[in-house]
Amino acid sequence: MSSHHESIIREPLITGENITYAKVTEDVLVPVENKANKAWWIGFTIAALGALMWVVAVSYTFWNGIGAWGLNKTVGWAWDITGFVWWVGIGHAGTLISAVLLLFRQNWRNSINRSAEAMTIFAVICAATYVISHMGRPWLAYWPLPLPNQFGSLWVNFNSPLVWDVFAISTYFSVSLVFWYTGLLPDIATIRDRATGLRRKIYSILSFGWNGSVKTWQRFEAVSLILAGVSTPLVLSVHTIVSFDFATSVIPGWHTTIFPPYFVAGAIFSGFAMVQTLLLIARKVMNFENYITMFHIESMNKIIIVTGSIVGVAYLTELFIAWYSGAEYEQYAFLNRVSGPYWWAYWSMMTCNVISPQLFWFKKIRTSIAASWILSIVVNIGMWFERFVIIVTSLHRDYLPSSWAMFYPTWVDVAVFVGSIGLFFTLFLLFLRFLPAIAMAEVKLLVKTSSEQSKKALIKGGKVDKEHAKFYVESLDKYDSVNQADYAKI
Amino acid sequence: MGTNHTTKHNFAQQFEFSGKVKTWSVLAVLLGAGAVAYGFYSGHAERTFANLLLMAYYFTCVCAAGAFFVALQYVAQAGWSAGLVRIPQAFAKVLPIASLVLIGIVAAGLYSHNLYHHWHADGLTDPNSPHYDPIIAGKAVYLNVPFFLTRLVVFLGIYSFFALALTKLSNREDLEGGLNSYKKSIGYSAVFLVIFGFTTPIWAFDTIMSLEAHWFSTMFGWYNFAAMWVSGLCAITLTVIFLKRSGYLTWINDSHLHDLGKFIFAFSIFWTYVWFAQFLLIYYANIPEETVYFYKRWEPEFKPWFWLNIVMNFVSPLLILMTRDAKRKESVLIFVSIFLLCGHWLDYYMMVMPGTVGAERGFGIIEVGTAIGFAGLFVFLMLTSLSKKPLVPVNHPFLEESLNHHI
Repeated sequence: MSSHHESIIREPLITGENITYAKVTEDVLVPVENKANKAWWIGFTIAALGALMWVVAVSYTFWNGIGAWGLNKTVGWAWDITGFVWWVGIGHAGTLISAVLLLFRQNWRNSINRSAEAMTIFAVICAATYVISHMGRPWLAYWPLPLPNQFGSLWVNFNSPLVWDVFAISTYFSVSLVFWYTGLLPDIATIRDRATGLRRKIYSILSFGWNGSVKTWQRFEAVSLILAGVSTPLVLSVHTIVSFDFATSVIPGWHTTIFPPYFVAGAIFSGFAMVQTLLLIARKVMNFENYITMFHIESMNKIIIVTGSIVGVAYLTELFIAWYSGAEYEQYAFLNRVSGPYWWAYWSMMTCNVISPQLFWFKKIRTSIAASWILSIVVNIGMWFERFVIIVTSLHRDYLPSSWAMFYPTWVDVAVFVGSIGLFFTLFLLFLRFLPAIAMAEVKLLVKTSSEQSKKALIKGGKVDKEHAKFYVESLDKYDSVNQADYAKI
Repeated sequence: MGTNHTTKHNFAQQFEFSGKVKTWSVLAVLLGAGAVAYGFYSGHAERTFANLLLMAYYFTCVCAAGAFFVALQYVAQAGWSAGLVRIPQAFAKVLPIASLVLIGIVAAGLYSHNLYHHWHADGLTDPNSPHYDPIIAGKAVYLNVPFFLTRLVVFLGIYSFFALALTKLSNREDLEGGLNSYKKSIGYSAVFLVIFGFTTPIWAFDTIMSLEAHWFSTMFGWYNFAAMWVSGLCAITLTVIFLKRSGYLTWINDSHLHDLGKFIFAFSIFWTYVWFAQFLLIYYANIPEETVYFYKRWEPEFKPWFWLNIVMNFVSPLLILMTRDAKRKESVLIFVSIFLLCGHWLDYYMMVMPGTVGAERGFGIIEVGTAIGFAGLFVFLMLTSLSKKPLVPVNHPFLEESLNHHI
């Protein structure tokens, strides 16, 4: 809540001295307007090599067919779909931050929404690559679309959740892209106004003629709210439909009614973890400590506890109802998950997703940058295991014990997955170089009301309740970007 | 800190519970008691018990939603709601009584064999009995009377403890000022929400889902939570508008109502989402042990109500509350809230009746009377507790934000 009546006990969203609108622009545009440093080049080289590996592995798959993967007649779907669901899940945080948090008027979203949305788009692209590589014959990739065709009455199977997936993900991708780009317009215009020559021309085209007039801003605000309204149901729908891919079936372990909201919660969980992984590094390397503060980090960690616990409730509910149902196949599917040959995958999932985020109950841990970063990676390892557990352990022991089998990935499975991570980082690093990683226009809105300097001025002026002021100053202890000594004098 | 509002609003004023509302709520309770008595004397013991269970559960859920609302505001550091938080606090204060009523009805229903006889009847778990039911026998370690009642008592006891603790802290804040109560409230709220989140699904599985003890659905807990939350929000909104119209809560403006309206709108859609996901997945997979639930609800005596449920609880809030203006108008919110409270009665009716009275279902004096009786009881108890303290937490650190709430 940003208003002139904001309570003093709310922690600041921008720290640092002498923050002006100009300084925000200067700070945020450093990586965009200067030559890339060594760290960026090292990161980019590694990521690009990863992306190259992806190109090799996927080309190999196309040449040889999906027999190049470790699938067998029992486990006909494994790392491929695991990777797909993992990436789609990660692609949830951006729109959640930009849409849902906007509707809830959570102003702390302003410093993290830009990167989170970019990350979302790249994650959805990574997911889409799995869709294409799944097909075996990628040149027929248009077949899932309900296009008029010359094959007689042959249409897509509208009853199939896989077709719903095509609609859901393409809609989500389009809306996320529009949302992200609309938000970028005023910032691109800022870069344009400061650039010269060819750069100016390019950013000028990209800014769609943004002129900063009152009318332009009004339209910008209106369209942001409308897009937020449109994207909110989309945040829920995408992973709901992904969960339908499994839950509409009659496979024990896949068919359970809690899947849709449980998948959505898991997606938000992994998405926030990925945002945390990326931003903790970007914050350090790009000197964004004043804009992505400890409050942002702590808030994201709190969302990770909440969504991790929701996922935990879902795991326990599934386990309990499998027993309660009295259906022996259902009971066996879960017994096999917990204690069968893939027990290690199940317990890795439980440890990483449900137990480890509970460490964030300790304030020391959730305000420690190193711990937050490590746990954010642990969460995404756990979320990969979750999909692997759901998919492979439900398939590998089917109704016919003579066909029971294990799944072993080939080098192609591994290379496609690791390569997709390379592709993701390549795109993200390019984003950091060419577009502002923090929404400057939106952060500037907070300077007058929610910044540390504005709050300090209020305290200095003696305009606030003494006890509240003390509470506020104590809350700054955890900030690594605040100098507490300044307050000793007041 | 901003303008001083004490001149404009009278913060010391307390709600005075008297006059027509008091008379009507007492009359409603008497009417309900009459309807229940009629139910038993006319030989409809089972149907009366089903109605008592429905309304006692509904009553407890609305009070629990009040406690949930209060806790949620603390952990989310919400500022807008500080000026109206006394209303959900009053709901929370009634939770212990509601819990006792629910426990009493469930226990009486169990021991008189009017409720839960699907899993609680002679011979069900005895392999030599002609009534032996292997599925129920498999669940007997969980579905047995002592353990069942223990769970109910423990869960509702814990919820009630936290509901009372949170209201007490808020009262202490009024008297002592400072931030101690606020800090403690955050801690209590977080612990409460964790316990509540992990146990409400079990509460719903026990109290409602076990009426049809063969059937199971993992979504059922969250589906019940959605119904609880929507009906709680509607009851909060109605109370806020009623108080405002009676000359209290002068500081509540159309932005506060807008936010309440948005919550009702959003969570009605969420309710639909979980309702539909549960239905679609069972319909699509078509596994007999699951479809049996909807099969019963598609019999002629329930089918029209089955569809009416989704129209009332989804289509109407969606269409009526879509626009910004609608959410800011008292008259619209009153209509939608009452409509949704009736809608969620029907929702619970569809959960309870097919598995209890089945084809013998009715809609008459017993149903309407019991519902009115519990509504009266809730209004009486809630307004009584509301009248005991000022309508605003004067020392709430976010009060100033709430008074200036403007969206």
